[in-house]
Amino acid sequence: MNVRGAVQGVRWYVREVSGEGDYDRYVARARRQHPGTAVLSRRDFERRKTQAREANPGARCC
Amino acid sequence: MAVSDAPSRKPEPPATGRRRIDPKKAAIWAVVSLVAASGWGALALARGERISATWLVAAAVGSYAIGYRFYARFIVKRVLEVDESRATPAERLDNSIDFIPTDRRVLFGHHFAAIAGAGPLVGPVLAAQMGYLPGTIWIIVGAIFAGAVQDMVTLFFSMRRDGKSLGQMAREEIGVVGGIAALVGVFSIMMIILAVLALVVVNALADSPWAAFSVSMTIPIALLMGFYMRTLRPGKVIETTGIGVTLLLAAIIGGGYIEGSRFKDAFTLSPTTLVICLVIYGFIASVLPVWMLLAPRDYLSTFMKVGVIALLAVAVIATGPALQAKAITDFALKGNGPVFAGSLFPFVFITIACGALSGFHSLIASGTTPKMIEKEGQVRLIGYGAMLTESFVAIMALIAACIIDPGLYFAMNSPAGLIGHTVQSASKAVANLGFTITPEQLSAAAKAVKEPTLLSRTGGAPTLAVGMSQIFSHIFGGGSLRAFWYHFAIMFEALFILTTVDAGTRVGRFMLQDTIGNVYKPMRNVSWKPGVVVTSAAVVAAWGYFLYTGVTNPLGGINQLFPLFGIANQLLAAIALAVATTLLIKRGKVKYAWVTGIPLAWDAVVTVTASWQKVFSGAPNLGFFTQRSHYQDALDAGKVLPPAKNLQDMHTVVTNSTVDGVLAAFFAVLVIIIIADGVRVCIRAVRSPTLLPTTEAPHTESLITAPDGLLGGAGEDRRELAGVGGGME
Repeated sequence: MNVRGAVQGVRWYVREVSGEGDYDRYVARARRQHPGTAVLSRRDFERRKTQAREANPGARCC
Repeated sequence: MAVSDAPSRKPEPPATGRRRIDPKKAAIWAVVSLVAASGWGALALARGERISATWLVAAAVGSYAIGYRFYARFIVKRVLEVDESRATPAERLDNSIDFIPTDRRVLFGHHFAAIAGAGPLVGPVLAAQMGYLPGTIWIIVGAIFAGAVQDMVTLFFSMRRDGKSLGQMAREEIGVVGGIAALVGVFSIMMIILAVLALVVVNALADSPWAAFSVSMTIPIALLMGFYMRTLRPGKVIETTGIGVTLLLAAIIGGGYIEGSRFKDAFTLSPTTLVICLVIYGFIASVLPVWMLLAPRDYLSTFMKVGVIALLAVAVIATGPALQAKAITDFALKGNGPVFAGSLFPFVFITIACGALSGFHSLIASGTTPKMIEKEGQVRLIGYGAMLTESFVAIMALIAACIIDPGLYFAMNSPAGLIGHTVQSASKAVANLGFTITPEQLSAAAKAVKEPTLLSRTGGAPTLAVGMSQIFSHIFGGGSLRAFWYHFAIMFEALFILTTVDAGTRVGRFMLQDTIGNVYKPMRNVSWKPGVVVTSAAVVAAWGYFLYTGVTNPLGGINQLFPLFGIANQLLAAIALAVATTLLIKRGKVKYAWVTGIPLAWDAVVTVTASWQKVFSGAPNLGFFTQRSHYQDALDAGKVLPPAKNLQDMHTVVTNSTVDGVLAAFFAVLVIIIIADGVRVCIRAVRSPTLLPTTEAPHTESLITAPDGLLGGAGEDRRELAGVGGGME
């Protein structure tokens, strides 16, 4: 694998693991499945995401 | 039994059409086996001389590779019979909220970050009192045959049930009694775990202005990150974490200047003050919105956790430090060790807990992760693979504890009641234990990491930090950076322990709200303010009580409470393995029930023996009730027994020993109830002419294709996988 590919791979992984890429996926999916309807803004999307975490904070192990 | 449709007895199902042995692969596995064998060989043949930590790493990594390739594969193919044509809940129920098909490598990262905690770092450090060998063997063998199996099998069964929790599975598949026992067990275990973890933090921060300053700074840093992400840059996790980590490093460096400044006294906190701070902090964190404190802290602590563990692994492999500890100490056989009482069996297994078999993992393997798996076959990488990684972390922690001078190790890990408060008394006490360290060496060790003292810094975190600072300063910075690396390591542990305390308090609160909600409806609403306040207070009071007793106990909190923590964790593993074994038998896999049945039997024997000894042992350092009557008798006679210093101390010991003894007995009873209930269901299943009904979701054809392994098949397109979240209509 070349250097550029490796850098891209790492970038992809970090974005996916940290959840930063979630919004892009949401937009792509919403456009494909419901074309013509408005998508949430980034701000609203992230608020909805943390709201969901409010009820499920995700246990951390000992 | 419905096993006739299982694959035939040939070593591999012939359907793949690739049965020829590939010479290249055979060569690779020969080399892997050789690495493992040389590691174990070096460990086995070492006679007194100091061996390099590299051999431990070789034994571990080689064994993991073999376990993953052969044993896990056998379980996946034959025992669980994963079905690639079957759609996973993530595929069927995809809702972009909790059911999200996620790339296996990303999910591995999430799952590992969720299961890896302080347990595998602290347990092996304490177990090092028995030498490096018992710990090493159990961490490796236990993970391959018990821990990783439990995680993977629980993950699989939960996935087949649309991500049901362990408690739900216990109730539905075993029965109401087992289900209630599981629920009560989970809650009381959480409280003990939170108390012991908080105790580790208290012992690391007490009377250390540097550590107290830098760790307390994580709260404003997290708040800042929370507001930054909420208002200025929504969703920019990487950037925000970068800012947070920079500030964190600044806080560690800044802590070094506290010592000589006028703020020194403000950050020199006694253990009891720290308990009050932690309880208030836990309460506030549980009540505040997630985005403000919990979520940003989680980003920070996950980054630090994964980053530091990776750094430690690289540093250990690069430097190959020599182990100073003995292979096996006398404490292993006599059971009179100062760190925790009891002999090798069962207490090494109880103490190591998370690094080899952790019941807590089954809660994560039956919660979020099963709802995100793309393909059934990926349970091997995610369930089994993540646990092997965790086990490797435990090996690293064991190495860090074993490269430090054994004399220093015992001076740091023995309760103050045993070694006193001066370097002279500690040096003498350590000599009585059979190790040597001079008072000057003890002072020099504390000075090297710029701590007022290293005596009785129990709980594992400071020991690990000393070991890590030795390893790191070997590569970066030499002796001049020892103190920085020590506080860096303390920060790293305290940070993610406090995150566990945050999240655990919240999860405990939900459990309580849900349970009370059965009786009083409004309680169920997790954002009903009075309910939130009352249940949060109840949860922090529960773990706060044990934390307080741990801090004030003259016999040493870690010494008294850590075995309870281990028993509780192993009890949870027994619940998970009992559910798994019952489910295997219910599916008609009686002939493979040993896969989870043997670990279950072993775990049950270990847990019940340990509880039995903690309850009934006639040795006052081991049996809680003997300890109680020992001190009560002295109290009645008006005498004060060391390490107690006055009558109030005596009362404290009596109360604590009673509570701890009752708890140990309670845990043992829970294990027995759950296993007995599970056996009842298993017998019914074996006798039944047809398979008993289970709650498995029906088969739906899968439309996604994705590889199972870490590297994937040839010609795989990464971008295609990245888009898998929405790309499979």
